[in-house]
Amino acid sequence: MKASRPVLPGFGLALGYTLVYLSLLILLPLGGMVLKSAHLGLAGILEIATDERALASLRVTFGTSLLAATLNAGFGLVVAWILVRYPFPGKRFVDALVDLPFALPTAVAGITLTTLYAGNGWLGRWLEPFGIKVAYTPLGIVVALTFITLPFVVRTLQPVLEDIEAEVEEAAASLGASRWQTFVKIIFPTVFPALLTGFALAFARAIGEYGSVIFIAGNLPLISEITPLLIISKLEQYDVAGATALAVVMLALSFVLLLGINLLQWWAANRHRPTEPLNVAAGTESP
Amino acid sequence: MKNLPQFLAGLLVALAAGTVQADATLLNVSYDVARDVFKDYNPPFQKYWQQKTGENVEIKQSHGGSSKQVRAVADGLEAGVVTMNQANDIEFLADKGLVAKDWARKFPNNASPYTSAMIFIVRKGNPKGIKDWSDLARPGIQVILPHPKNTGNGRNSYLSAWAWALRQPGGNERTAQDFVGKVLKNAPLFAAGGRDATTTFMQRRMGDVLITFECEAELIAREFGKGDFDLVYPSLTLQTEFPVAVVEKVVDKKGSRKLAQAYLEHLWSKEGQENAAQNYLRPRDPEVLKKYAAQFPAVKTFTVDEVFGGAAKAFAAHFKDGGSFDQIYQRK
Amino acid sequence: MKHCRATEEPVWVRRALLAVGLGFLLFFLALPLLAVFTEALARGWPAYVEALKEAETRSAILLTVVIALAVLPFNILFGVAAAWAIAKFDFRGKSLLLTLIDLPFAVSPVVAGLVFILLFGAQGTFGPWLSAHDIKIIFAVPGMIVATLFITFPFIARELIPLMQSQGKEEEEAALSLGASGWQMFWRVTLPNIKWGLLYGVILANARAMGEFGAVSVVSGHIRGETNTLPLHVEILYNEYNQIGAFAAASVLALLALVTLAAKTLVEWRMHKETAMLTADLAPEPGEG
Repeated sequence: MKASRPVLPGFGLALGYTLVYLSLLILLPLGGMVLKSAHLGLAGILEIATDERALASLRVTFGTSLLAATLNAGFGLVVAWILVRYPFPGKRFVDALVDLPFALPTAVAGITLTTLYAGNGWLGRWLEPFGIKVAYTPLGIVVALTFITLPFVVRTLQPVLEDIEAEVEEAAASLGASRWQTFVKIIFPTVFPALLTGFALAFARAIGEYGSVIFIAGNLPLISEITPLLIISKLEQYDVAGATALAVVMLALSFVLLLGINLLQWWAANRHRPTEPLNVAAGTESP
Repeated sequence: MKNLPQFLAGLLVALAAGTVQADATLLNVSYDVARDVFKDYNPPFQKYWQQKTGENVEIKQSHGGSSKQVRAVADGLEAGVVTMNQANDIEFLADKGLVAKDWARKFPNNASPYTSAMIFIVRKGNPKGIKDWSDLARPGIQVILPHPKNTGNGRNSYLSAWAWALRQPGGNERTAQDFVGKVLKNAPLFAAGGRDATTTFMQRRMGDVLITFECEAELIAREFGKGDFDLVYPSLTLQTEFPVAVVEKVVDKKGSRKLAQAYLEHLWSKEGQENAAQNYLRPRDPEVLKKYAAQFPAVKTFTVDEVFGGAAKAFAAHFKDGGSFDQIYQRK
Repeated sequence: MKHCRATEEPVWVRRALLAVGLGFLLFFLALPLLAVFTEALARGWPAYVEALKEAETRSAILLTVVIALAVLPFNILFGVAAAWAIAKFDFRGKSLLLTLIDLPFAVSPVVAGLVFILLFGAQGTFGPWLSAHDIKIIFAVPGMIVATLFITFPFIARELIPLMQSQGKEEEEAALSLGASGWQMFWRVTLPNIKWGLLYGVILANARAMGEFGAVSVVSGHIRGETNTLPLHVEILYNEYNQIGAFAAASVLALLALVTLAAKTLVEWRMHKETAMLTADLAPEPGEG
């Protein structure tokens, strides 16, 4: 059946352009950075990265980023769902707000969130009596990162949710599937690749974030110090090679994690070919 | 839609146009809170220069974190002059061959036209009775300061505490490090910068004492009101310098050496010194200092050169990776 | 077509989801936004307007908009091309390519600026050549555009890929077998199908381009009235103890982000009218409840 289909055009052009643009704008500069740190040698780079402070900072950075991305995956799915499916007053306004974390300079986000969550802030004063300290703790970092990366999951899910055709769900329902079954068997597999994408993007962005975090983190060595802060610290010492070495280590770790997520995403997308979702539901019983 | 690229190109040209007329412009690359100082200094200087040479000059300002700014200059930001708040930053440019090796002797007073001092800001009425550095190490006192390793403000605070401990009876490097360690243990956080430390202390009401520049106290009063805090001058503190230098490589290329030299020299004129005093920086000129004596209480100070043998040495010993700050945080 | 109850959630589920979603947005979006405006208006409306009237603030706004507009066509072109290749075709190394596209997000913005300094700075690889030919990239607008391109690189592609993947390629194949040319297929089938994803991508990239601080800060040189974008200006104002000015400028950025919403609403409205004219039997328009 596949052989009789016409072949879509433009593959060579699109891929060629993608590769050239990617090479010039991303790979060349990043390659230059790797070269800059190369004269330290692998041993030198590893020594910088396995220093006690650096290791602690990597744990804080990747741990808080993972948490923030997970929070966003969960809540982002709900937010995207209600924005696409449910009517409620002020929906357009809420929809517009979602992009805000990108437009607000990260420093402003950091300062504002710290003021909100400090002991005398609008939110901090309600949390403090319960012994929950947010500002100047790793929890504060999670809050800042959640804010900064909030649009990713929502915005990657929205178009996919909008694209699910009502007929598919109706068909599933008429075949006797409960709403929950429809969600688990039809909707979730369709949006899962997009959810993973959103998660990966949020996670990636969180790892690199610096501007907002330094205001809310407290920046105490071994406790709330993020790796980008150590990079800045090296730059303050005019140690560009050391700074790039740390950056390269972060880049390598992010690359491995992202590649893992993307492979998972590719697998998920192929497993549930969303173009033939009816087969999944209709497999048991034919109309 | 087709005209969009042209339109954009036009806009870019318009934006870039300002940079082209190089001879009559001077770019002053400076640290981040210096804007008021130079905003008030530039117009009188332009007038002075016009009367002297008939030339109309445009002075451009660039402000940002001190080390970041000099890195930009080293990477090609075409500054005619640099006006910084850390000698170490100018040393870096000297190493790169951008400013003269003997920059500190090119102008009087170690090339620093005015100074400030590290002081304490405490809550109104000083409820915790904070008088001197020793009080900052007391258990139960919360100290707010910017990051001691990564910010100029924090480094000055750190060196102040260190030098005070060194000058106590029986003081040596070891006791000084212990003392500074205790002070840092009282810090619930390291603020992102001087301004952030102030916000934390004044607006978020954290901590009992804030370590900052004397000149910043006035800015704090302007933003948060005078009645909300008291100033405390410790028994001994760091005199911070604000070194200036001509960027030789750039002025030679642009032919603006005379202008750059005059711009910095004029900082020592009566006019320049008055302007510094009005911005709460301690003027070098004794007469001007006397005139503004009310806002500059007498305080015993030391310089980094006296105690640490120079800015570069102090930086290497304390703030490089593995320096005294890092040692405090190494687990035993 | 009969309306089935099982295509809708029970009322209590709807309410719970609304409460969870809106509660999350309240704490993580609405309150911070409110706090920004509260700070900006702390000394009343006149002080707010005064702060925005400053010449340097105005030139910063202009520069921010110029940079955002300049990166837009590059991002759209790349986004569509990359998504087309990745979503519609199978080839080896696809996951690797995707990961490389994601990579700019994981690079700390400061480092993103630094990599261009390493290339184009006076001490960088191309620095001596550029300065010999008197070409300014770093510490001038071109460098800031390049840094912004780097930062916003993945947005549109990443927005389009999952969407195009979920759409499959049947519609395009049908268009081709009906005799459409490649471009006809693209304009008539592909583009209408991806318009929402593209729009979201543009909005996101745009917001990020306007709000970016770290990378742009490294390559800007911070020359007042010349290479100061709004986010850089905000930080400088804040450091100078001009809190009103800083938050007023930040609120402008928030409002600029809302402008894109207006654009989106307009586009939505027009498309809705079109589709309503064409057919009455389509899936419900997005954004409409």
